[in-house]
Order: sequence, then structure tokens, then C-alpha cells
Amino acid sequence: MAATVRPRRPPVRTLIEMADLLNRRLVYVTGKGGVGKTTVAAALGLAAARAGKRTLVCEVAEQERITTAFGHEPAGFSEVEVAPDLSAFSIDPEAAKQEWLGHQLRSGRLASVLNSSRIFQYLTAAAPGLAEVVTMGKIWELAQLQRRTKSARPYDLVVVDAPATGNGLALLRAPRTFAQIAKVGPIGNHAKTIHDFTVDPRHSAVIAVALAEEMPVNETIDLEGRLRDQMGLELSHVFVNGVLPERFSAAEVEAIAFANGDAGPVAREALDAALIAHERGKAQRTQVARLRRGTKAPVAVLPFLLTPELDLEGLQELSREVERRL
Amino acid sequence: MSPAGAGVGRLIARKQVVICAGSGGVGKTTTSAAIAAGAAAQGKSAVVLTIDPAKRLANSLGLPELGNEERQVDPVRLEAAGLGGTGELWAMMLDAKRTFDDLVVTHAPDEATRDAVLANPIYRELSNAVAGSQEYMAMEKLHELHLEGRYDLLVLDTPPTRNALDFLDAPRRLARFIDSKSLAFFRASSKAGLGIFGRGTGLLFSVMKKATGVDLLQDLAEFFNSFGGMTDGFRERAERVEALLCDSRTTFLLVTSPRAAAIEEAHYFARKLAAEDLPFGGVVANRVREPVRGAGGGRLENELTKVLDPGLAVKVAGNLEEQRGLAERDQHNLEQLRERMGRKPLVVVPELAGDVHDLEGLAAMGEHLFSAGALRS
Repeated sequence: MAATVRPRRPPVRTLIEMADLLNRRLVYVTGKGGVGKTTVAAALGLAAARAGKRTLVCEVAEQERITTAFGHEPAGFSEVEVAPDLSAFSIDPEAAKQEWLGHQLRSGRLASVLNSSRIFQYLTAAAPGLAEVVTMGKIWELAQLQRRTKSARPYDLVVVDAPATGNGLALLRAPRTFAQIAKVGPIGNHAKTIHDFTVDPRHSAVIAVALAEEMPVNETIDLEGRLRDQMGLELSHVFVNGVLPERFSAAEVEAIAFANGDAGPVAREALDAALIAHERGKAQRTQVARLRRGTKAPVAVLPFLLTPELDLEGLQELSREVERRL
Repeated sequence: MSPAGAGVGRLIARKQVVICAGSGGVGKTTTSAAIAAGAAAQGKSAVVLTIDPAKRLANSLGLPELGNEERQVDPVRLEAAGLGGTGELWAMMLDAKRTFDDLVVTHAPDEATRDAVLANPIYRELSNAVAGSQEYMAMEKLHELHLEGRYDLLVLDTPPTRNALDFLDAPRRLARFIDSKSLAFFRASSKAGLGIFGRGTGLLFSVMKKATGVDLLQDLAEFFNSFGGMTDGFRERAERVEALLCDSRTTFLLVTSPRAAAIEEAHYFARKLAAEDLPFGGVVANRVREPVRGAGGGRLENELTKVLDPGLAVKVAGNLEEQRGLAERDQHNLEQLRERMGRKPLVVVPELAGDVHDLEGLAAMGEHLFSAGALRS
């Protein structure tokens, strides 16, 4: 009997490049909506922590899905250790703005003068890209060994659970945009520092999560091109989430299809389900192959897990799968 | 063909505007397109607008590129895909920047103002790819098409719910942004020229200068100044957009998958709709795994061994049990969703054999969406 075949092993080149991923300071995880970015970001964080890196997984959606997945209460704007060497954090743009102003003005009092001004509130609520640039500023700050935040611990690696492709790119672009608008002055200078850090491949990497389906594959290929055109950045890696195993050999599929003719209704439901599962798996492998052809970045597949998403047990399992590919 | 009022058809009957919202990857774009296509097949003139940054709808509709104008989907292609009918299907992909530029052109009191705004670096960023502006412009375009009155049905595909606030707040935020008081402040400072920044007329200004730098502050002041002449036009429009969203002929449909994270987002969005008093019509759940009805366990394995060798029979039975578990999880999640949403109507679309990314896929999806059995109310 043929054993369940694991998804195809990545080529050697991929394995070497993967190992390199955890040696960056910042890994920015984006991809189409609903592909499991948060899950993969958390699993990557777990794998890094197990490899001995002091790791932070950072959300930007004003949710605390990772903190709560590890069984912790939502922690607001603070870093919480959720597992050995692994912390979670969720950026609140409003708090990030205040913190940033405090640093910028070197005075919490002046910052609160500004923040209590209604005009300033209107201005910053509407100022194009301000929320994005302070969010990127906070990400940058988290990834520095010398933290600006008093008594904050440094991290070896910050994994960002970034917004979906379009907004994820806009967020990534924000510091450069600001640097261009504010040519001189503190905002411009600081924005340029952030931009330089995020596009430096020695420090930072952008990875995409995809599913082995038509639209996510298109969007990933598109993302690689847009990253290159708009930021001069190369997509570092692609993780394909939820890839089904190749359950049945060709001979088995033939036997199942043949049996379908003689089977009673009870057996037929199971035989049909087997054939559908086989077709789904095959369609997925076609999509993975198309993704590999369409992107320069190495592509690694992660298996479909039966555990519910963002369940601690599931994250552990997925992180071991990520590890195997690192 | 199901009767016009079946399935999702019942939720959109007598509606002129359908807004599909939900988190990423749940099939919002395809659902929006399938609803518009279904309405067109039933004789309506329907248009679907997408603001998704990825050009997915273009794929779905077989259009190489959707511009900022509506384009009609070729009736011959619709017919071939089984979507033929007496109506018309139109589609457009929103170009936020162009919509914004058009608005400036419309509202600018004179050419000098228009040119000053269009050339201002702050405006150029505001109008281009900044989160929020896209959402606002979608509302704007929706309003414009509604005013034109060329279509019986407008279906709007929205960005993922994590931007929900942006997209509901966008018109209001713009109205506040151009609030006369903050504008007056900047116009005064702009008139006084750069000198005012140097001397500093108050603590606020000098602090702002320190935080932002002179250039940026001056650009902002100029932007507000040139925008000033257009405030009334913009505010009025923002108010009308808001009125359209609250209209009884508008309905919001929440699109979700049965996965826990998507349901979480749908619930969050439902609370937002309720808080804003917006018309919430129901939920569309896509890609719901069909329940496994037959026996499992020993009986199934017995039946299977009659037609397969025992090893394979165990594998085939195992696969079915896995499907059963996953399908049960879907049902459980959906039931929870309905309870948390006050048992709003729910339209269930099963997981289809293939991906939906072409007209044939839209037709297959439409059959489920518009079938009487899909609606659980």
C-alpha cells in the first residue's frame, strides 16, 4: 500500500535561503486576505523562538489574535511574552502616534499639548499616510537592538503579521512616501531611516503567504512584481498554506473510480469523497507548480492541518512544519 | 432558473444598492459579481463595482482591464457561460486617484485652485493609494452611479473588513477634515506666509513645527488653503453619500466563509453596522463543506471492502471521516455565527468543485446563491 505522499520537498537552494530568513531582524508577512497570514506569522515566530531567537510577533490590525491564541488576555498596547522567547504585540496607531510624537519632541508634555488640540486631531486623523508611517515607525523601533522605548527588551527577530497585499504594500511604502513629501525636517529624516532599514536585505525580508488556488497564486505573482517595481525589493519567500497530501496513488484512484460503479449508496459517498479529495489535491499541485514558475522567490508548501486555525496545538504543529523547511 | 425572489434574490428584491462586506479571501468579489450577474440574468441592468487592489474581478469577468468607467460584459460570453438573459451586466474597477481628481475638477471654483490642488504633494499622496481614500472614493463612485440612475442594481465589493472603519467613516472623516475651523487655522497661517512659522504664533504651532518640519507644514497649509474653496461641495457630497448608505433601498450583505477567523470578522462588522444604524440584510456563507450524511465506522468499511482491497478501504473511509469532521465544524461555526447575529437570514453556498475565477464559475455560484434552498431564515 502506498503511504501518504508528503508534498514535494523544496529544492536545496530553497533550504539554504530559508535558513537565512531567521537571521534577519524583521520579517514582513503579507499575502492575499484569508490565506492564513496570521497563522503562518505565529508559526514562524514559534519556530524562531525554538531556534533560540528572542522573537516578537507583531499584529497591525488592532486585533490581538496571536496573544489570545496563546491563551493570554488581550494586552492593549504592550508586549506580552506568550511562550519561551516568544512575545506578541498589537500596534494601535493612535498609541504609536503619541509615542512617536513624544520621541520626536523629546517631551511627553509637548506631545500631550499637541494631542489635546482639536485641530491637531483633525489634521492627523486625515493626514495622508500618517497612521501608516507611525505604524512602520513602531515596527522599526521594535526591531532595533537599542530600543527607544525605556526599559523595553530587545528582540533578535520581529515577525510582522502585515495587512493583505494591497494595503500591506501601501504600509511598506509609507515611510518613503513621507520622506519624499517632507524633504527636510525630523519627519523626513526619521521616515528615511525607517525606509532604509525595511528595504535592506541584510536586516529585513518580505515574505508572502498563499494558498494553492487560482486567485492567491495570481496575487502572489503580482505582489512579487509590484514589490520589485515600487520598492526595488525582492520577495524573499513564499509559503503556500493548507496544501493537501497526495492521498491516493494513480492505481488507487483507478480502483476507486472503478469500484464506484458497483458500490451501494453507503460506500458511494465515501468513494465520491475520495475522488473529490484527489481532484482537489491535484488542482492544488498544479497551482503550486504555476506559482513556482511565476515567482523568483523560493516556494515552500505547508500541509493542510485538521486542527482549527489559530489553535495553540495547531500552531505548534504548523511551526514544526515551518521548521522542517527552514 | 429559480424564481427571481429565491435565495439571495429575496434579500436584494426592491434594493438598488447592495454592499458586500467581509474579511479577505471569503469570496466577496466573486459573490458581488455573481449577484450582479444573477440580477442581470433576471432582466435587470446591473453593475458591479470593485475596489479591491488586486485585479480579481477583471479575471472573473473576462475583461483584460477594468478602467474607471463601467464596461459591459459581452452578452455573447454571458450566454455561453449560461448567464444569458434579458438584462445587462456591467462591471468597473475603481481607480481611486482618478475619481478623486474628477471630484477636484468638479468642485474647484476656478482653474488656478484646481491646478494648485492637483499639484500639491500632500494631495497627490492623499489621493493615491493611502488607505481610506480608496474606500471613500468607492462610496463617491457609488453615489455618482446612483445619481445617474442608469442601473437598476449597483453591487459594491468592498475591501476587507479590517478597513471597515475607514470605509464607513470615510465620508464623515472627509467632512471633518475640511471642517471650517481647522481650515481657517491653516488658511490664516498660510496667508501670513512662512514668517508665521519662524516667529511662532502660539505654542501649538511651534510644537507642530518641531514635530513635522517647516516644509511639510507649509505644504499642508497650502493644501488646506487651496482646498478651502471646495469645502461646501465636498461636505454636501459626503452627506449625500452617507444618506445613500442609510437608505432603505440599500442593503449590506456580510460575506463570510465558515472558518472561525472569517466569522469573527463578520461578527465584528455586524456590530459596526448595528452601531451605525446601517441596513444589514443578511449573511452569505461561501465554501461551506457539504455535510456527510451516510454511515461511517465498521459499517462503511464493510461496504467498502466489498469493492476495494482492505487497505484502500480503510484509507477511503478515513478520508470520509475527515470530511465529516470538517463539515461538522463548518455547520457548528455557522450556527454560532447566526446566533451571534440575531438570526439574520443566511444564504449558504457549498464549496464548489473548482475555484471560481471565470464566468462559468460565477454561473455555478449564482445557481446556489439564487436557489430557494440556499436561504435559511
